Amino acid sequence: MNTTPIQDPKAPAGTAPRSTLLFFDPLLLLATLGLAACSLVVLKGATREDIPGAPDYYVTRQGVYFAVGFVLVAILWRIDYSRLRELRYGIYGLLITSILAVLALGATAKGAQRAIQLPFFSFQASELGKVLLVITLAAVVVERSRNIGQRETTALVMLLALVPAFFVIAQPDLGSGLVYIVIALAVLFVAGTSWRHFAGLFALGAVALTLVLVGAPAAGVQVLKPYQVDRLTAFLNPTDNPQKQGYQQLQSKIAIGAGQKTGRGERNATQTKGNFLPEHHTDFIFAVVGERFGFVGAALVLSLYALLIWRALRVLTVAKNLFGALVAGGVVGMLLFQVFVNVGMTLGIMPITGIPLPLMSYGGSSVLTTLLALGLLQSIHAQGRAASAHKSFGPRL
Amino acid sequence: MIQLPEERRPPISPSMALRVAVLGGLALVLFAIVFFRLWYLEVLSGDQYVVQANENQVREVRIQAPRGDIVDRYGRPIVRNRMANTVQIEPARLPAAGAPRRRLYRRLGGVLEMSPREIQQTVIEQRKALPYANVMVKQDVSLSAMNYIKERQPRFPGVTVEPVFLRRYPYGPLAAQLLGYVGRITRTELKQERYKGVHPQAVVGQAGLEWEYDRYLRGRDGATLLSINSLGKSRGFLRRREPLPGRSLKLSLDLGLQQAGQLALARAGHGNPGGFVALDPRNGQVLALGSVPSFNPTVFAKPLLQSTYRALTSKATGAPLFNRAIAGAYPTGSTFKPITAVAGLSAGVITPFTVINDGGCLTVGLTRFCSPGNVGHGAVALSRAIQVSSDVYFYTVGRDLDPIKGEPLQRWARKLGLGRKTGIDVPEEARGNVPDRAWRARMGRAELRCEHKRHVPSCGISDMRAWSTGDNVNLSIGQGDLLASPLQMAVAYSTITNGGKVVRPHLGLEVDDGEGRLIQEIDPPASRRVRIPPAFRNAIMSGLHAAASAPGGTSADVFAGWPQARLPVFGKTGTAQRPAGQRDQSWYVCYVPNRTRPIVVAVTIEGGGFGAEAAAPAARLILSKWFGVKSKFIAGKSRTQ
Repeated sequence: MNTTPIQDPKAPAGTAPRSTLLFFDPLLLLATLGLAACSLVVLKGATREDIPGAPDYYVTRQGVYFAVGFVLVAILWRIDYSRLRELRYGIYGLLITSILAVLALGATAKGAQRAIQLPFFSFQASELGKVLLVITLAAVVVERSRNIGQRETTALVMLLALVPAFFVIAQPDLGSGLVYIVIALAVLFVAGTSWRHFAGLFALGAVALTLVLVGAPAAGVQVLKPYQVDRLTAFLNPTDNPQKQGYQQLQSKIAIGAGQKTGRGERNATQTKGNFLPEHHTDFIFAVVGERFGFVGAALVLSLYALLIWRALRVLTVAKNLFGALVAGGVVGMLLFQVFVNVGMTLGIMPITGIPLPLMSYGGSSVLTTLLALGLLQSIHAQGRAASAHKSFGPRL
Repeated sequence: MIQLPEERRPPISPSMALRVAVLGGLALVLFAIVFFRLWYLEVLSGDQYVVQANENQVREVRIQAPRGDIVDRYGRPIVRNRMANTVQIEPARLPAAGAPRRRLYRRLGGVLEMSPREIQQTVIEQRKALPYANVMVKQDVSLSAMNYIKERQPRFPGVTVEPVFLRRYPYGPLAAQLLGYVGRITRTELKQERYKGVHPQAVVGQAGLEWEYDRYLRGRDGATLLSINSLGKSRGFLRRREPLPGRSLKLSLDLGLQQAGQLALARAGHGNPGGFVALDPRNGQVLALGSVPSFNPTVFAKPLLQSTYRALTSKATGAPLFNRAIAGAYPTGSTFKPITAVAGLSAGVITPFTVINDGGCLTVGLTRFCSPGNVGHGAVALSRAIQVSSDVYFYTVGRDLDPIKGEPLQRWARKLGLGRKTGIDVPEEARGNVPDRAWRARMGRAELRCEHKRHVPSCGISDMRAWSTGDNVNLSIGQGDLLASPLQMAVAYSTITNGGKVVRPHLGLEVDDGEGRLIQEIDPPASRRVRIPPAFRNAIMSGLHAAASAPGGTSADVFAGWPQARLPVFGKTGTAQRPAGQRDQSWYVCYVPNRTRPIVVAVTIEGGGFGAEAAAPAARLILSKWFGVKSKFIAGKSRTQ
């Protein structure tokens, strides 16, 4: 009689896992892969002569970082990010301890303690800290989501960001510290913090900046190192001091400008090859793109970033819960700020702050951190889609 | 494709939608800024950055072109080149002032055997002169010192060792004032048309022939173009521009004669400074031209020190740098008399046969003009007057020429080349002065202006006296305000002897390429022609010959034993009074005709005394050398002016 089990045609078995598999954002993935490819191509040409006898030193390493990173993306995408919310104290603890560990036993590179030397990898805690901070702050805001209009919430979030920012700036790594603050602002913004709180925060920030730049030196306390102040102010007039602070920026502008419409090609990219362009594999990699591939190449890279940001904003809107939206918001703020400040720096409209260009700049910590963030986005996207999949079917973007 | 809002879970709240929109708008604005800036840099101003990028990476390493040799008329080199290793400092690459730089100087001083202070002084002095050029610290460093520095280059930042061409003077002080010297091009020179295309660190002629013929001698520097990296290290060779060696310059100078002249002046002058010129009266070729005391031009191959320069120009040392043969302007004494004769004859004041009684003195107005010791020569005609150098005869001519319209005496002096540049191819020539009414008036006005401005009783420019006949009388025997150089006198005598062709004296004869092949001949045409009728010329010439050969002639005793039949000498002594307390200036100008090698020699010796005493014997030595006559030095006894 009723031996045949009744199957619900509306809920076929195995649909959910199969469809979840497809619930990644293809355009986001495309932008990520595209930038990774650009990074490898540009690094290959730019660093050929940097280490004698090892023309592929940087490319192979970066390739490995990307490979590991994409595995992380795949893993994150398959797990539910929401569970990270429960780990917020652990994550925040990890953030603080890793940064302090760097301060305590980090390797000094160019006068700054920014990394812990691991066997195959020098680990920059401040980079990973960006993602950890995004998760922590999103979780904290979710916890206090009913009190989002309260001043205490805003203050707590800012405080949670400022503590690691302070330690990072002390390393000294001003750029990452600024990224932390921007992440906090972005999370607060998406959470719906009132405009008045932002106005208050900006007023406080202005006062603090004045104190740091003017008040403290007058009182004999140097909060920022002199070179940091120099770098922050040099971009305003780079030709003033072409041999020192303005030099890098001037050379970067020359490199980009010399690329003209379609670039000088690898052989003629003299700014890069002659090492006039400093840090051309890390902070100034965008200038390499500009020199070698010209406006066309640089515009392509910028377009990929635009695509990335657009998709990230889109992920924000499809998140299944507030936590997801806030994490996505924090990631958007982090990426947008880093891209704009880094590219703006190479174009001479932003100060030199030592912020890498996400995905393009050489560096494991930066690459892995960015890919972790993008993995989170894919996870948010997948979860959001899976949640809404109960209501409707069909291909979606 | 597009989800409807109600399909979302949880539906996005309107306030969050607004925030996302704001975030998206912000992103749009930021990307727009970056895109616009990128467009501006790459597309709108790309050209300018391409230039900067190219300048960034190319370094020109100059290859110095060897400067051309200077040779005498027989091809004997007077100035050559040699290679020398020099230690230079690039000021821009020096370590910071203070302790690090002092340490570098100490280290460098140890290698070069110089005191650190000395090095510092050199750097400061040379940077003052040429702020951007390399500073030459030491020339001719030893091979071991060179290797020491090169092997330890990182310990000597900003120090380079480079081979450079230096001028070499095989004959030392011979013709030193003529040759001039070379030096790093100056900033003002770089802007001049004549140095167009010259490398900013090039070495160019700074004086004398080196300056005059610089365009031929300097050649063109080459360069190696290297591509460099940000540390200035070479990344590879781009291309090479070959240097073009300078042309060599052949002079009309005869080194043997030049040497004889300088020796003769030194001997006859007893250390008094003087100058001499030997000229070919047919074409103005300068056979010898010198000034004593001389100096060794090698001092200019090294960085010139202030003290050296002072020594070369100070009065105490006789200012060896000063070329008395062309830049020295003096009263000429009686050597001027043939010029007075030409003027008198041409103006019709005298004929060759006009006889004037020389009683020793002539009164003009209220002034008595007398010969030395008031000695008269009796009734003399022109030839005799020149032979015995009768002052009264020429006083009379000067007096009679004065009222004639057009100032014939001054006009003839100028026609024959006085009071103006002869146009010789050496830059340091003096104009001299032929005094006349206008000149006196001009000086008077200048004096007045000066007194007015400075509120002093006298500026010493003029005694405010108007021109008088007495001035003309003085001028007629080469005294007073007349100023002329030996070269100008040689040109004037050449003109009289060759029948009116005012030659343009010149030293350059040919410009040759490196192998001695002729590139350009230098034969400037005569400046102008003047008409001297043969009858006038003959009368003057016979007087000049008698003066050098016949008994009673002013320089006859100087030429005792000279083969007058084969090589007749036509010469005139001169004794110019100098400011009180100083010995007279000795002059002699003479001409020896010859089918193949005629010569005019002019000699002057400051403080040499009477013309026959110093200048004439020196001239005889020069002539002996030129004609291969056994040289003999006889100081004449004539005490005439």
